[in-house]
Amino acid sequence: MKKHRVVITGLGVASPLGLGITETFDGLVEKRCGLERLKAFDPSHFSSRIAGEVEIGKVQNYVPKGYRKATKVMARDIVLAVVASYHAVKDAGLKTKCIVDRGEADGLPDVDSTRFGANIGAGLICADLGELAGALATAAQRPDATGDRGFSLAKWGNEGMTNLTPLWLLKFLPNMLACHVTIVHDCQAPSNTITCGEASSHLAVGEAFRTIERGAASVCICGGAESKINPMSLARQSLMGRLAANGDSDPTQASRPFDTSRTGMVISEGGGLMILEAMEHAQRRGARIYGEIVGFGAAASATHWMNPAPDGRALSLAISKALADADVSPDKVDLVNAFGVGTKEHDIAEAAGIRKVFGDHTATVPVLATKGSLGNNGAGSGAIDLAVTSMAMHRGVIPPSLNTEAVDPACGLNVVCRDPIDCRADVALSVASAMCGGQTAALVIRRYQA
Amino acid sequence: MNRRTVITGMGWITPLGHDIESAWARLRKGDSGIAKTTIFDAGTFPTQFAAEVKGFDLKAFLGDDYETHKDVSRQAGFALAAAKMAWKDAGLDAAADLDKTRVGVYLGGGEGPIDFHNFTTAAVEGWNYEENHLDTKRWADVAYERLQRVMEAEQEPNMAAGHMARLFGVEGPNFNTLTACAASTQAIGEAMNLIRRGDADGMISGGCHSMIHPFGTTGFNRLTALSTRNDSPSTSSRPFDRTRDGFVLGEGAGMVILEELSHAKARGAKILGEIVGYGSTADAFRITDIHEDGRGGIAAMRTAMEDAGLRPEDIHYISAHGTSTVENDKIETLAIKGVFGEQAKNVPVSSIKSMLGHLIAAAGSCELITCVLAIRDGIIPPTMNYANPDPLCDLDYVPNEPRKADVKTCLSNSFGFGGQNNTLAVTAFRE
Repeated sequence: MKKHRVVITGLGVASPLGLGITETFDGLVEKRCGLERLKAFDPSHFSSRIAGEVEIGKVQNYVPKGYRKATKVMARDIVLAVVASYHAVKDAGLKTKCIVDRGEADGLPDVDSTRFGANIGAGLICADLGELAGALATAAQRPDATGDRGFSLAKWGNEGMTNLTPLWLLKFLPNMLACHVTIVHDCQAPSNTITCGEASSHLAVGEAFRTIERGAASVCICGGAESKINPMSLARQSLMGRLAANGDSDPTQASRPFDTSRTGMVISEGGGLMILEAMEHAQRRGARIYGEIVGFGAAASATHWMNPAPDGRALSLAISKALADADVSPDKVDLVNAFGVGTKEHDIAEAAGIRKVFGDHTATVPVLATKGSLGNNGAGSGAIDLAVTSMAMHRGVIPPSLNTEAVDPACGLNVVCRDPIDCRADVALSVASAMCGGQTAALVIRRYQA
Repeated sequence: MNRRTVITGMGWITPLGHDIESAWARLRKGDSGIAKTTIFDAGTFPTQFAAEVKGFDLKAFLGDDYETHKDVSRQAGFALAAAKMAWKDAGLDAAADLDKTRVGVYLGGGEGPIDFHNFTTAAVEGWNYEENHLDTKRWADVAYERLQRVMEAEQEPNMAAGHMARLFGVEGPNFNTLTACAASTQAIGEAMNLIRRGDADGMISGGCHSMIHPFGTTGFNRLTALSTRNDSPSTSSRPFDRTRDGFVLGEGAGMVILEELSHAKARGAKILGEIVGYGSTADAFRITDIHEDGRGGIAAMRTAMEDAGLRPEDIHYISAHGTSTVENDKIETLAIKGVFGEQAKNVPVSSIKSMLGHLIAAAGSCELITCVLAIRDGIIPPTMNYANPDPLCDLDYVPNEPRKADVKTCLSNSFGFGGQNNTLAVTAFRE
C-alpha cells in the first residue's frame, strides 16, 4: 500500500505569549515570559498563585456569524481550540467555511470537506465552577449558615439542577473541542479526540499523520488545547505536589526547565493546532511547507501510571520507535524539543529517556524547551511545542529556554539557554509525556525536500 | 503485505453480568438490566432509573494485583476486570515470549466520577450568597481540607489505560480516545489501523464508562436526552419504537484483544473473529443535533464497508447505535437506508441498548462483542420493548425475540454527541 508523505502547512497557537505562531515564537526568542500572578480568580488561598493566561478577546470573532450563539456553550478549553484553529487555517491559507464567512477567502482554492479530518487532544475539562457552584448553592440545606451549609441531593434533583443551562453538559465533553472546530471549518473526514494529558497533542498529531499517510484524509487539523486556569485544576495540581514554589516575588522566574534550582511547574493554558496535509495536496495548491512529519512513536510506562520511572524507559521506547519509523539514526537528529515541565522528577526521567537513545550525541544535540515562558499548557502544550519546533526549523533560530541557567547535571542535556542560536536542523525530534497516566509520544520532523 | 487484525480474547462487565457467557445468555433471552437507581438517591431527579453494574468485585478479577490498583475509579475498575478477562480468554497469561513493547492499549475510556460529596461541599461553602459569586478563598480552604490527591488524579480519562500498561506489563502505544458515545468503537478501529500498519502486534482495546452519578444524570436530564419512564424502568429503553422517549444511562466496560493474524497463529491462539473495516466521520453540523440527512452515519458505514471490500448484500446484521432517542433512531434508520437502498429492509438491525442501556464510551465495544457472539452462535439478539411501529423507523429491528440466522459479517455503529460517527465491520474468521 502506497504511503502518502505528510507535510506541515499551517501553525495556529493561542498561548500566554500571544495569539498566532509569530507572537509566541518571537516572544520565546526575545525571552518574554507569559507567567504572572493569576488574574482569572483570587488565588490567595491556594499554594501557588501564578499562572500563564491567554488573552483572547472575543471568541465570537473567530467563528462564522451564524455560529456566534454556540460560543455560549464553549468551556475555556474549547475557546482556546477554536481560536488556535482560526490561526492554523489562516496560516495555511485554507479556504474553510469560517474563512469564507469572514470574507477572507479571495484567491484561495476550495478544500474538499469530506477529505478534511480532525484529531484534537483534550484534557479533563473542568466545569466552570462559578456557574456550577452558583447552581449547587441553590440546593444548600442551610444557605444562611456561615458554615456546614449542607448540600441536599433531593433539592438538587427537584429544582436545583434547573439553574443550569440545558446544554450544560456539552460544555465539558472532551470531544467538543473537535466538534466545534469541525463545525466551524466544516471538516467531515475522520475525527478523533485523544485524552492523554500532556501527551495528547503528540498522540493526536501522530494519529492525524497516520490518517493522511494511509489515505483516509487529505488534510487534518490536529493538536490540542487545555486550560488549567480554574480553581479545581489548580487545587488538583497543588494536591499532586507538582507546582513551583515561591513564585509570588517574581512569577517570571518560577518555571525553570532542567535547571538545578527548579522547584516545579506553573499551571497555564493554551491551544496549538497544526494543519497536516498530504504532500501532493499541498503542492497542488502551492502551500508553504514548514516541514515534513516523517516519524511517530508511542509507548507507555509499565512501572507506574503516576510516578515517572527515573530511567525514562517509556519515553526512550517512543523515541526509538519514532526514529525507526523515520529511518533516522539518533546521531542524525539536529534538534530535540523536550517537554521540560520543571519538576525535579519529571525532568530527570525525561532526560534519562533522551540520553538512553542519544548516548554521546546528547552532549551536542541542542534541546529546545518552552515551559519557562509558557508554563504547562496541558493537552495543548505538545502542539504549541511542535509549532515552535517547526518554526525554529523554518526561521533558522532556536529560542532559548527561559530561566534555564545551570542545567542540572542529573539531567545532563544541552539545553539552549541564555541566547537564541542558529538552527540549521534537518531533522528535529519533539517529545511529550503524560504527567498522569504514563503515556509518552515522539514525533520526527524533517526539513522539507520535494 | 496486508496485515490482518483478528480478535483473540473478549471480556466485559455489564449490567447483565460480569462474564461473556452469562450476559450473552441474558441478552438472547431479552432480559433487562435496567432498574431503579441505587448508586445515589435519584428520587427527585427527572430520571430515577439506570442500568447499573451490580455486585462488582474488582478483587475477584485482579487477585494479587488488586492492592496495586485498588484506588482506581469505578469505570477504570470495570475496564481492568474486563481486560483481565479478555487477556485470559486470549491465553495471553500463558504466553511465554510475548514482546510486550509490541503490545499496546487503545481505550475509549470515560472520565472518572467526581468526588461528589466533597466537591459539592466545597462549592456550597465557597458560595457568597450576598454577592452571588464563588469566593475562591473560602472554596480553596474547604477544597484543600477535603479533596484527596489520588481520587482527583484517578479521574483523568487516560488513567485506566495507564493502569492497564502496568497490570499487563505492556509498553506499546497507549491511547485514550474520548469521542463521547462513539469512543470505544473508535478505539477498536484505530487499534486495528495500528496493527495493520505494523505499529503493534497486539492491542488491548475497548471502552469503559460510568456516568450514573448525580452530575451525569443531571447533564443528560438537562439535555432531555434520558427516558423518564420512572413507572416502568425495564421497558423504558425502546429503540425504534414510536413511543421511545430517550436513552437509559448504563455503565460498564467491554474489552477485546486484537492481534495481527500471524502473531495469533504463531502462538496457537483461538480466533474469534476478524475486524475487517473501520470508518470514522464528523457530521460537522451542530453540537446538539445529528445532520438531518444522516450524512455522517452514511459516510461512516460506507467507509467501513469500502475499507473491508464489502458490498451491501454481504452484511448479515447491523448492531445499531439505537439509543432510543427520537432523533438518533430516526436518522440512523435513514442512514442505513442511504447505504443499503432497496436492500435495507432485508438486513436485520437491532439495538442491545434496549436491555443494557447506553454504556456511553463503553457501548460500542460491548456491541462489537455481541456481534462476534452473534456470528459464533448464529443468533441475533433482539430489540426489546418494540411495540409501536414508527413510520419513520421501518426496518427489520428483530423485535422482541432473538433470531436464528447465518451471520458471517456485521456492522457495528456508534454515533456520539457533537456528530462523531464510527462504524466497524467484523466477520467470522476465514483463512
